[in-house]
Amino acid sequence: MVENDRWGMLLAHLVLILGVAVVVFPVYVAIIASTHAPGTFLQGVMPLLPGSHGWENYRTIIFEGRSNAGAPPIGSMLWNSFVMAMMIAVGKIAISLLSAFAIVYFRFPGRIFFFWIIFVTLMLPVEVRIVPTYQVVANLHMLNTYAGLSIPLIASATATFLFRQFFMTVPEEMLEAARVDGAGPWKFFKDILVPLSVTNIAAMFVIMFIYGWNQYLWPLLITTDDSYYTIVMGIQRMVTGADSEPLWHLVMATVVLAALPPILVILFMQRLFVKGLTETEK
Amino acid sequence: MQTKRMTFTSRWLPYVLLAPQVIITLIFFVWPASQALWQSMLRQDPFGLRTTFVWFRNFERLFADPNYLASMKTTAIFAVGTTLLSLSLSLLFAVMVNRMIRSRDLYTTFLVWPYAVAPAVAGVLWWFIFNPSVGILPYMLEMLGYDWNHRLHAGDAMALVILAAAWKQISYNFLFFLAGLQSIPQSLIEAAAIDGAGRTKRFWTIIFPLLSPTTFFLMVVNIVYAMFDTFGVIHATTAGGPAQATNILVYKVYRDGFIGNNLGSSAAQSVILMGIVIVLTVVQFRWIERRVNY
Repeated sequence: MVENDRWGMLLAHLVLILGVAVVVFPVYVAIIASTHAPGTFLQGVMPLLPGSHGWENYRTIIFEGRSNAGAPPIGSMLWNSFVMAMMIAVGKIAISLLSAFAIVYFRFPGRIFFFWIIFVTLMLPVEVRIVPTYQVVANLHMLNTYAGLSIPLIASATATFLFRQFFMTVPEEMLEAARVDGAGPWKFFKDILVPLSVTNIAAMFVIMFIYGWNQYLWPLLITTDDSYYTIVMGIQRMVTGADSEPLWHLVMATVVLAALPPILVILFMQRLFVKGLTETEK
Repeated sequence: MQTKRMTFTSRWLPYVLLAPQVIITLIFFVWPASQALWQSMLRQDPFGLRTTFVWFRNFERLFADPNYLASMKTTAIFAVGTTLLSLSLSLLFAVMVNRMIRSRDLYTTFLVWPYAVAPAVAGVLWWFIFNPSVGILPYMLEMLGYDWNHRLHAGDAMALVILAAAWKQISYNFLFFLAGLQSIPQSLIEAAAIDGAGRTKRFWTIIFPLLSPTTFFLMVVNIVYAMFDTFGVIHATTAGGPAQATNILVYKVYRDGFIGNNLGSSAAQSVILMGIVIVLTVVQFRWIERRVNY
């Protein structure tokens, strides 16, 4: 620090505490709301201190759902979200490692062309080509399947770029040494390149898991069978499913459960998360 | 584009390695995109029995359609509002956290996790807080004499979605601003301090200009985010209402295509959006190239 002013620091702390409060506030309110009995919300403004029905609400939502309103138990939605997020994260990393390996360690006709084809995916988010992508998936009979939920989202230019950048920094001597020892491409990839990339793979995994978990529009379009609902899209069904005011205590319990897993991933792997986030944008 | 000095030689292996990525890209990206291009020049009759090729008529219609123009304006307001709000808050937080020494990591932890919250979830969270009958903030606003109701008032609905979208994006911007601030050489700031520049002056004449590459990059990223990734925020809360007040372009593509069943128009809108994404991506990449040369 250049100078030492106590009031300035105090002000900075004040701003930050206020900022953190604003950032935390919505989630705090959701947690509080999820612990109250349904009647609480009919009496006007909601309370700011926890109620005593938390356990009951969460049990209802996880195991029973709202069968009368056609919403399945949240337990199965959580599982679907987990499967989808894992398939997307693992799939993206696997195919990106392979294609980055091909682009960096081989010279072959059409290399630039393929690089550009992969690059295109970066420019076309699902949101802008909704209808035709839906038609393709429908024609392939992939509606209401895990494959339909994950495979169309697996192609990833970002991960390919990240691994390409990283492979370029791997010393040339590695390959020379491996070849002197008689290692073929596959052995080099498996025993040298992948072990060297472990940190990058983990960082990518954190980002892609969150990406997969938070998908909304895609599962909304291609699942009509409620046993394939994911939790993030399930919330919307709960909010609009009822004909009157939503059952806020259950909706908020669902919201908390939907937000918790990715938040935990970030909190426990903060360093990897920051690395993944800042490096993918380079 | 470079490779390694020494490479493997194989006639078929690189193609096998690339195959999964390229096949998925062709089936789920390139093919649908070209379909969108084709469909944007077709028009179906209301019963879906006959399809005619109409060249650019769908586009002409769109640009003559007051609803579409209104949606463009809504998107612009939404994107600019979200970007400004989120960038200014996260810059403030980053500058403050950057002054901390011991508590830096603690504050960072508290500020980064909203990144993990899905846009749809963020929308529902704020929607609940602002709910006219049970929410806390309308209750407080009423004491101040303001009657909040995002179901009726267009302005309130827009404010709600902007808040929800900006809230989620604060973590991302914060991390990049913090990294940017930490890369500014301390010696420059000390030199200015010796010359008698106060904290505020140092910020506006040294720190802020040096941060401008980061700010510009974040602006592009945030505009892309607001235009394309906020579908969930809109769909889970206002559903474009009241009276189209929050009907942003991405949401309109979905609505016209899936609910209105107007495939030609929806495809034309897709094509326009793709154009916008491509322009923004190119801008972003140009910037990255420039930064590498510094």
